[in-house]
Amino acid sequence: MDLLLQQLLTGVASASGLFLVASGLTIIFGVTRIVNFAHGSLYMLGAYLAVSLIDLFGGGHLGFWGGVILAMLAVGLIGALFEITVLRRIYQAPELFQLLATFGLVLVVQDVTLLIWGPQDLLGPRAPGLTGATQIFGLRVPVYDLFLIAFAPLVLLVLWLLFNRTRWGILIRAATQDQQMVTALGVNQKWLFTGVFFLGAALAGLGGAIQLPKGDANLHMDLQLIAAVFVVVVVGGMGSILGAYLAALLISLIRVLLITNAQLTFGGIAAWQMELVSMFLVMALVLIARPWGLLGRREVASDQRSGTPEPRLRPADATLRIAGGLLLVVLLGLPWIVGSYFLSVATEALIFVLFAASLQFLMGVGGIISFGHAAYFGLGAYGVGLAVRHWGMSMEVALLAAPLLAGVGALVFGWFCVRLSGVYLAMLTLAFAQIAWSIAFQWIDLTGGDNGIIGIWPPDWASSVTNFYYLAGAICVIGLLCLRHLAFSPFGYTLRAGRDSPLRADALGIDVRQHRWFAFVLAGVFAGIAGGLFAYLKGSVSPETLSISLSIDALVMVLLGGVQTLTGPIFGGALYSVLKNELISLTNYWRSILGLIIVLLVVLFPQGLAGAAESLRGRLGTSR
Amino acid sequence: MTRISWCNAAAVAAAILVSSGAALAQAEEPIRLGEFNSYTGFAAFTLPYRDGWTLALEEINEAGGVLGRPLEVISRDDGASPAAAIAVANELVTREGVDILFGTLLSNVGVAVSDFARQRKVLFLAAEPLTDTLAWSHGNDYTFRLRPGTYVQAAMLAEEAAKIEDAVRWVTIAPNYEYGQAAVAAFKELLKEKRPDVEFVGEQWPGQGQIDAGAAVQALEAANPDAIFNVTFSSDLARFVREGEVRGLFEGRTVASLLSGEPEWIDPLGAEAPEGWIVTGYPWYAIDTPEHDSFLKKYQERFDDYPRLGSLVGYIALHSIALAMEEAGTTEVEAVIESLRGLTVESPIGPVTYREIDQQSDMGAFVGRLTVQEGMPRMVDWRFAPGSEYLPDDERVRELQGSD
Amino acid sequence: MSRVLEVRGLAKAFGGVRAVRGVDLDLQAGEMLALIGPNGAGKSTCFNLINGQLQPDNGSVRFLGRDVVGLPPRRIWRLGVGRTFQVAATFASMSARENVQMAFLSHHRRLRRLVGYAGDAYKQEACDLLERVEMRALADRAAGVLAYGDVKRLELAMALAHGPRLLLMDEPTAGMAPQERRSLMTLTSEIVRKEGIAVLFTEHDMDAVFSHADRIAVLDRGEKIADGRPEEVRRDSRVQASYLGSFGAQS
Repeated sequence: MDLLLQQLLTGVASASGLFLVASGLTIIFGVTRIVNFAHGSLYMLGAYLAVSLIDLFGGGHLGFWGGVILAMLAVGLIGALFEITVLRRIYQAPELFQLLATFGLVLVVQDVTLLIWGPQDLLGPRAPGLTGATQIFGLRVPVYDLFLIAFAPLVLLVLWLLFNRTRWGILIRAATQDQQMVTALGVNQKWLFTGVFFLGAALAGLGGAIQLPKGDANLHMDLQLIAAVFVVVVVGGMGSILGAYLAALLISLIRVLLITNAQLTFGGIAAWQMELVSMFLVMALVLIARPWGLLGRREVASDQRSGTPEPRLRPADATLRIAGGLLLVVLLGLPWIVGSYFLSVATEALIFVLFAASLQFLMGVGGIISFGHAAYFGLGAYGVGLAVRHWGMSMEVALLAAPLLAGVGALVFGWFCVRLSGVYLAMLTLAFAQIAWSIAFQWIDLTGGDNGIIGIWPPDWASSVTNFYYLAGAICVIGLLCLRHLAFSPFGYTLRAGRDSPLRADALGIDVRQHRWFAFVLAGVFAGIAGGLFAYLKGSVSPETLSISLSIDALVMVLLGGVQTLTGPIFGGALYSVLKNELISLTNYWRSILGLIIVLLVVLFPQGLAGAAESLRGRLGTSR
Repeated sequence: MTRISWCNAAAVAAAILVSSGAALAQAEEPIRLGEFNSYTGFAAFTLPYRDGWTLALEEINEAGGVLGRPLEVISRDDGASPAAAIAVANELVTREGVDILFGTLLSNVGVAVSDFARQRKVLFLAAEPLTDTLAWSHGNDYTFRLRPGTYVQAAMLAEEAAKIEDAVRWVTIAPNYEYGQAAVAAFKELLKEKRPDVEFVGEQWPGQGQIDAGAAVQALEAANPDAIFNVTFSSDLARFVREGEVRGLFEGRTVASLLSGEPEWIDPLGAEAPEGWIVTGYPWYAIDTPEHDSFLKKYQERFDDYPRLGSLVGYIALHSIALAMEEAGTTEVEAVIESLRGLTVESPIGPVTYREIDQQSDMGAFVGRLTVQEGMPRMVDWRFAPGSEYLPDDERVRELQGSD
Repeated sequence: MSRVLEVRGLAKAFGGVRAVRGVDLDLQAGEMLALIGPNGAGKSTCFNLINGQLQPDNGSVRFLGRDVVGLPPRRIWRLGVGRTFQVAATFASMSARENVQMAFLSHHRRLRRLVGYAGDAYKQEACDLLERVEMRALADRAAGVLAYGDVKRLELAMALAHGPRLLLMDEPTAGMAPQERRSLMTLTSEIVRKEGIAVLFTEHDMDAVFSHADRIAVLDRGEKIADGRPEEVRRDSRVQASYLGSFGAQS
C-alpha cells in the first residue's frame, strides 16, 4: 500500500513535467494546425536559458524563480519571432508544409545551443526551499515532486481561465472551431496566431526550466522528449489541454508500474523491455478505441480539405518525357562522368528517392499522412538482414525478403491505421514504427539489438561501386516508374477520388478504407525495396533504419520536393540526401546549414521544388 | 547536370578547407589519415578526444612527421549513426583516398565501420567504442580497438566489489542496450566467481537518455539491497544521482559505477558528485608520473583546458598509428596492420600493447573512490589497473571469437 | 409500374429528439417524389436514413424489394441508387470527364486495376454522358474550378453512369441562380422520364417542386402529414396550416 502510494506520487510528478511541455504543443496545434517538431527545441532552450539566468542572478528564491520566468518569456519570444519571420509566410502552403520549417529550426537550434553553451551537460540548479525530502505516511518523498504535483494542475487552471474567461482566449477557441469566422469578425488572425505561438513556446520553455532541479540541460533533451510529448498530445486529443493532462498521467503511471515491476515477464517479454514502447502501445490502443484521443473532438466530417486543392495529375508531356529521358541518359552515363565516391552518393540518393516516392504515393496520391514510414524501409532492411544472418541467403533471394517483410508489416499496421484520419492516423503510423523499432532494438537474439546485423555485402558480381550503382539504380528507376504509373492507373485514380472527396467516393460505390489499406501495402512494399537496397549499400542493418529520424527524413524529402507532384520526391529525395552527405563531410556545422537551407527553401518555394519548377515552366510557357 | 556541377563545387570547397588546415609547408607529400567521430552528436565526449589527437598530430609533425613525411588527419563528423558513418567512411576512403581510419564512439557505429573496414580492406582503429563484440564475436583482421572495453572495466569493478564483505544483495541499473547488458552480465559473472554468496535481487534497464529516475530509484530501494552496480551515464547519471540522494538510496550502501570517474561523465555533477562510489575513471589531477606530467602540461598549454579520458584516447590512438607506420617502414595497409599487431606504444599512462590474438589494446583504467574536493568530483584511493590483468586469456578469446 | 422504393415506419431519434417518426414512402419507376417541409422537419435525416449514411432506430427501407437497412452507402449504390449532394461533391483534382470515368470504373468494378491508364478507360462513354448533361465542352476542365451549376450537372452525370434505378437528390438546386435551377430540373426530369429512373428529392425551391414533382410528401416535426399529387398537397388543410401559409404567397 505504501509502495503503491509512493509510485502514484512519483508517476504524478513525472506526468506534471510532461504535461507542461505537451500543453504548449496542443495549444499550438489546436489553433494553428501546425505540427511543431521544434517544440522539443524550445523546451531545450528553456532549460539552457534558465541555467544561465539563474547563474547570473545568483540563486536564491528571487534568482531561481526570476530565472525560470525570464527563460520562459524569452522562449516565448523566440517562438513568436519564428512564427512572424517564417511560419507567417507559409500558412497558405499545403497541409503539413509548415512542419518542414519547424524541422529546419530543430537543426539550427541544436548547433546554436552547442555553440553558446558548449558540449558539457549543465547540471540544473536546485530550487531553493524545495530541496530534500519530506515524510508522508512514513515515506520519503522529494519536496520538489510535491511542488510539481501541485504546479501542473495550477497551470491547467490558469490556462482554463485564460481560454474561458478572457476575450483573447475566447477568440482563440473560436479560431480553433472556425478560422474564417474569426477573420470575418474583424479579428486580426495573424496576431492571434503569433500570440498562440508565444504562449505555446513559453510553456515549452517553462517545462524545460522547471525540470532543472531534477536533472540537467543537455544537447539531447530536445529529441528525447519530442516523441513523448506528441504521444501525450495525441492520446489526450489534439487541442485539449485537460486531455493532455490526463494522457500525461496515464502514460507516466503505466511507465512507473512497468519500472516497479521491471522483472515481471509476460510471454517472454520483460516489463522493462516494454517501458519505452509502452507509451506508443498506449497511444495505439487509445487511438484504435477512440480515433480522436481521450478528449479530442471528432473532426467535423467536412468534405472541404484545408489549403489549396490538389492540382491535377497530367501524364508526362513532351517536355517531361525529354527531361526524363535526359535524366536517364545522365544516370546511365554517370560512372563515366563522376568518380566512384559520388557514384555511391548517387546510389544512396536513388534509394532515398524511391523511399520518398513510396511515401509520396501514400501522401500525395492517397491523402494518407505517415509519420512512421521508416517502419517499412526498416522492415525491408531487416528482411534482408535476417535472410542473410539466419538463412545465409544470397543477395538475389534476400532482396525479395525486403518487400515481403515490409509488405506484411504494412498489411498489419495499415489495417489499423486506415481506420483513422489526418494527424491521428499519422501518429498511429508513428506508434507502429516505434513498436517495430523497439522489437528490433530489444529482440537481440533475432536482430542483434542496437548493434544490428553486419556483413550484408553484395556478391562479387555486384560489389563494385559501379555495378551496385547500376543494380540499385535499375531497381529504383523501375520502382519509380511503377509508382508513377500507379498514380495514373484506375487504382491510383480511385485513391485520389477517396482523397478528394470521401463522401462522393462512398456514394460511387468505392470502399475508401479498403483502397487505402491496399495503398498502404503498396507503399510499404516499395519502401521495403528501398530499405533492402540500403542494407546492401551500407553492409549492415541497425534499428536506426526504423527510427523516427528516418521517418522525418522521408517526410522532409517529400515535402521539400512538393507533396502534390509526382516528380517531387525525385527533387526532394536527391537534394536532401546529396546535401546531407556533402555537408556532413564538409563541416561540423552541417546541421545548422542544412536547417537554414530547409527554412530558406520553405519560404522561397512553398509549393515544393517540383511545384516551383512547374510554375516556372508555366510562366516560361506563357511568355513564349 | 546541376547536381553534378554542384557536387564538384562542393568537392573543390572541401579541398580548399582541408588544404588550408594542413601543414603543407614541407615539400614531402603528407600521409593522410581518415578520422571521424560523433562531434555533433556527442560533443561532450568527442571534442576533448579531438583535442587529444590534435596534440599528438602537432607533436608528430614537429618531430619531423612519419617516415620523413608530415602527417595529415582528415576529420569528419560521423553523424552518430551507423548509416551516416558508413557514408563518411566511404567518402574518406573513396574520395579522400585514405586507407587508415580511426575514431568513433558509439558501439553500433564502431561495429558497422569495422565490418566496412573488413570489406574494403582498410585499417580501422576503433578508438572509443566500448562494445567487446568489436574485438571478439565481430572482430576482424582490419579492426583494432584501443579503449578498455566493457568486460575489462566491469572486471575491475567486480574485483573491488568482491572485497566488500557485507555487500551480498546486489541490484543493477544499466541502459537497455548491448553496452549496459554486456556490462551487467560481465559484472555478475565475475563477481559471482569470486563471491558465490552474492545474489542479485533486482535490476533496472532505463532507455539511454530516457530514465525515469524517481521510479527507478524507488524500485531499486524496494529490493532492499546492500549494494548497487550502476552503468548509466550522462544525463541519466545526473538524474539517478539526484533522485538517489534525495530518496536516500545510497545511504549505507556500496555503489560500484562504470566509467563514473571519467571527467566527461562526472564533472557536470560538480559538488553533487556522489561520495564513496567505486568507479573506473581517469584522475588526471593526481597521476604523478613524468610521462603524464608532460602530457598534462602540454595539453593544458595548448587548449587551456584539462584533459578528459577522451583526450587521452585520441592522443594514444594517433600515436599508435604513427608508430605502427614508422615501424612498418611503409604506409601500406597490410604492413601497418602487421606492425600494429603486438606493437607497444609508450603513453602518458604507461605502455599500451595491441594484443595479437584479438587486436585489443591492453590499455588499463584507474579504479578508485569518488569524493568531492573544492567543489569538483575527484577520485581518491585510486590505483592503476593494467588491462592485461583483466582481459580474458587466449583460450577464452578463441571461444568468444567463435561465437556470434 | 414497378415499385422501386418502399419505406415503412422509418424512425430515428437523436438523444431525446425524435427527428423522424414512422415515415412511409413509396416510389414507382420513372416517378419524381419531392420531400418537403420546414427547416427541422426531418427531411435530411430521412434522406440520410434511406441512403445509408444513418441507421434507423426502426422501420424498413426496401429497394427493389430488398431490405437495405444496415448497408453502407457504397453497397446501396451498387444496388442501383445514385445520389447527388446538397453541397456538390466531386473529385476536385480531376477533370469533369475523369470524374465521370471514375463512376464508370466503379460501375464496371475496375477500381483495383494497377495496370492501364484510368484516363483512357470508358472515355467515349464518359463523353457521351457529359454530352447528355450538356457538359461536353467542359469535359477537360478541372472539377475544382467549374461553376456551381456545372458541378451539379457533373454530379448528375456521375450518378447516371451507374444506370441507377433510383436517384436521391438532396436539394439539387441549392445555391443556384433561378435560370440555372430551371434548366437543371428540366434536364433532370427529361432524363429520368426517358430512362424510367425513380427520383426522390428534397427541395426548398417550391417552384422546382411544383413544376417537376409527380408527387409531394410533406414532413412536419418528423411526421409525414401529407402525400399526394401537387394540387392535392396544395389544397391539403394540414399542410396549409403548418407550412403552406408561409410559401403560398411565394408561388
